[in-house]
Amino acid sequence: MSETASAAISVAFHGVTLGMVLYLISVGLSVTMGLMGFVNLAHGAFAMAGGYVMTTLMNRWSVDFPLALSVAVAVVIAVSLVLERVLYRRFYGGNELDQVLLTIGLIFMSVGAATYIWGPLAQPMRPPELLRGQISLFGRSLPAYRTFLILCGAIIVTLLWLALERTRLGAQLRAAVDNLRMAETVGINTSRLFATAFALGSGLAALGGGLGADLLAIAPGYALDNLVYFLIIVAVGGLGSIRGPFLAALVVGVADTAFKYFVPELGAFFIYALTMAILLRFPNGIFGRT
Amino acid sequence: MNRAIETVQLCKSFGGLVVADAIDFRLDVGARHALIGPNGAGKTTFVNLVSGALRPGSGRIMLGDKDITVLKQDQRVKQGLVRTFQINALFRRLSVLENVTLAIAEREGFAGDFIRPAGRYRAAIDEAYALLEALGLAPEAMKPITDLAYGRQRITEIAVALGLKPKVLLLDEPAAGVPTRDVGIIIEVIERLPSNIAVLLIEHDMDLVFRIAKRITVLVSGRILIEGAPDMIAQDPTVRQVYLGERRQPC
Amino acid sequence: MTASLDRSTGDDTAMLDSFARRHRFYPFEALPWIVAVIAFFAFSDYLALLAQILATIIFALSVDLALGYAGIVTLGHAAFFGAGAYTAGLLAANGWGEPLTGLLAAAVAAGAIGFISGAVILRTSGLTLLMQTLVVAAMLYELANKASRLTGGADGLQGMQVWPIFGVFKFDMFGRTAFLYCFAVLFLCWLIVRTIVHSAFGRSLTGIRENVQRMHAIGAPVNRRKVLVYTISAALAGVAGALIAQTTQFVGLGVLSLERSGTILIMLIIGGVGQLYGAFIGVPLYMIAQDRFATVDPVYWYFWIGLFMVLLVLFARGGVLGVWARWRDWSKVRK
Repeated sequence: MSETASAAISVAFHGVTLGMVLYLISVGLSVTMGLMGFVNLAHGAFAMAGGYVMTTLMNRWSVDFPLALSVAVAVVIAVSLVLERVLYRRFYGGNELDQVLLTIGLIFMSVGAATYIWGPLAQPMRPPELLRGQISLFGRSLPAYRTFLILCGAIIVTLLWLALERTRLGAQLRAAVDNLRMAETVGINTSRLFATAFALGSGLAALGGGLGADLLAIAPGYALDNLVYFLIIVAVGGLGSIRGPFLAALVVGVADTAFKYFVPELGAFFIYALTMAILLRFPNGIFGRT
Repeated sequence: MNRAIETVQLCKSFGGLVVADAIDFRLDVGARHALIGPNGAGKTTFVNLVSGALRPGSGRIMLGDKDITVLKQDQRVKQGLVRTFQINALFRRLSVLENVTLAIAEREGFAGDFIRPAGRYRAAIDEAYALLEALGLAPEAMKPITDLAYGRQRITEIAVALGLKPKVLLLDEPAAGVPTRDVGIIIEVIERLPSNIAVLLIEHDMDLVFRIAKRITVLVSGRILIEGAPDMIAQDPTVRQVYLGERRQPC
Repeated sequence: MTASLDRSTGDDTAMLDSFARRHRFYPFEALPWIVAVIAFFAFSDYLALLAQILATIIFALSVDLALGYAGIVTLGHAAFFGAGAYTAGLLAANGWGEPLTGLLAAAVAAGAIGFISGAVILRTSGLTLLMQTLVVAAMLYELANKASRLTGGADGLQGMQVWPIFGVFKFDMFGRTAFLYCFAVLFLCWLIVRTIVHSAFGRSLTGIRENVQRMHAIGAPVNRRKVLVYTISAALAGVAGALIAQTTQFVGLGVLSLERSGTILIMLIIGGVGQLYGAFIGVPLYMIAQDRFATVDPVYWYFWIGLFMVLLVLFARGGVLGVWARWRDWSKVRK
């Protein structure tokens, strides 16, 4: 196999892994912005929190990976429910600037709190014994953990999409994103739907943050450093869309990896330029609604 | 040429929904013309198309003898084609006087001046105030729009439009949402409009329509059903069936 | 309906006179300058910090022009600030250290970027616009980061040599020249912004902010106006960036960062948006607080300022000026 082709496959592999992680984190943001009309710039903080809780449990108290991850997700869901009720709810569908300011404040708080509790350095993440090292697949040697990430991501995404199509909650969600007022008229309890959707989105973000802890380093600046990528995925994928951001996340993941590997002198520049071009042509995202 | 506005085969669809179906419409100079029809008939869409807020799928729009189909909204305003909004679209935190002055500034073309203090254009301010006086809004000139009663805001809508010295005025439901006791003022304001302005009135309030209109067009599902003098329309059986059965209930 | 120009009562004339003279200079407007002069003499040990504050006020004024007056919500103004900083910095590091021309070059460069990006992105609004402003700034950040041979990359631009102003006033260790330099430039920029804000153009910007749909409907060339104010705002931000670069003789990547765009927004909101003087209140409050905090608890500054922002948005949305206005109304009612 030629060297470029081999490199290309490697890039694609790592790109898809990154894309999966980015999608898990960003899908919740797409729902929050599309459904509740709330520009939640602090969404990344939930992913970060998930990462911090999981790594602390694993590193400090030697908790098993699956348990640590589950606890992290549960903790973040609980916290997000409280935050939604107490704070976010007042700003739904409201003034965009207020939401931006509020969530900037929350980002800064997350940076400060993380520095206070865990210090300024990134948290090390050691995958469990089972998933370390390389495995042999299709005649190639691939990192085991990344392979696990792709599989895990694919399963979660499939479950998510099935839930969206087959469950009552999914139907309510689709209805509400499509036409909120109509949804209210047919008796959907939008306030409970919002809370549930918000909690789910935050939980997924925590899951993504934990799973992807060695791709997106768990450090105090997490929410701020990765914000642009999360927003790109949501804006390009389309607000309120659940499938759109998946495509966008894969493209961003692969493009980011590819550019950084093949054209390191320009790095992320192309992704930004691409985003700008796409948003000019599709202001509401590729799968967005006008 | 006594045609103020003419649309030729004006069409617009949203996806599968046809909101304007080959509309051939004509508004004469100095007209008092009403456009009525049931909810969802496409009346506001028509106003949006004529004013330039919406681009047609096909067809032509003439202003006088000028083809304005490709002109943007602000360009049409400069030609004298002005509309008001069914739901108040005012500058909410600015004062009533400021709202009208902004319109006059655009008309007079000095709104792009970023050096001279705005207050130096005293003639415009005086003109705005005189307009407010004529419409009975002078006592509230300095109040922000948010402090005004809804009916007064509707009149301010008309004031802003008049500040532009329109040749053609599209009034989109001027009495909508106005308490019954205040509708009289609105009727008065419309009756006192200069006779050389062509007025197209979209309304549900039949009192207003029959007071003002000399000619009525009935729009149903994006297509003109019938057109003619008020008494003829009032007696036409098709119209009665489709529309006049739903008389607007006073709030 | 002929416009009658007779006015019935003297009250109306007085009211209209006052409306027509809103641009006149009020006594309180001398306050910031008096405070600055007093600070120059009273806090002569802190002139370097004060000079930075003055320069940052220009940055905040530029954001206020776009955001407070024209309603353009931007999280990417650091793009222009940083563009100005790097322009002035690159000139000074490569042989041309003349400060005033450096300032001008920065204004032109930042203004050009503002014009081009504005012409492209200002057609959109809401989240899409916010995204685009972020993306523009991110692109510039990435460029500056990658062009490290030119810009010094993450280490920052080294070797800036700024010449004395007019060949006479050297930049001294105590920050005196820096302070007076920034003071003079701020005064000029303030005059420019004030003139714009009180002009017919400036009034039309408030119309665009309050109801852009209506502005179209009264014949205003909305996009042209937005691009124009965005360009002017960008140029001013560039001037602020250049001042910081020249007075600290250093430019780091932080000048283009999202954090910088966020903090200038915070500073402006603290003072109050859309009222010209919010910048003069918010910037000193923030920067002095941050400076004090740095000696006590530098790491946790972000937590407290974040919390303050959240509380501000919840309870005192109009910032200091807003609270002041509400107190004034309340005490008027009590009388």
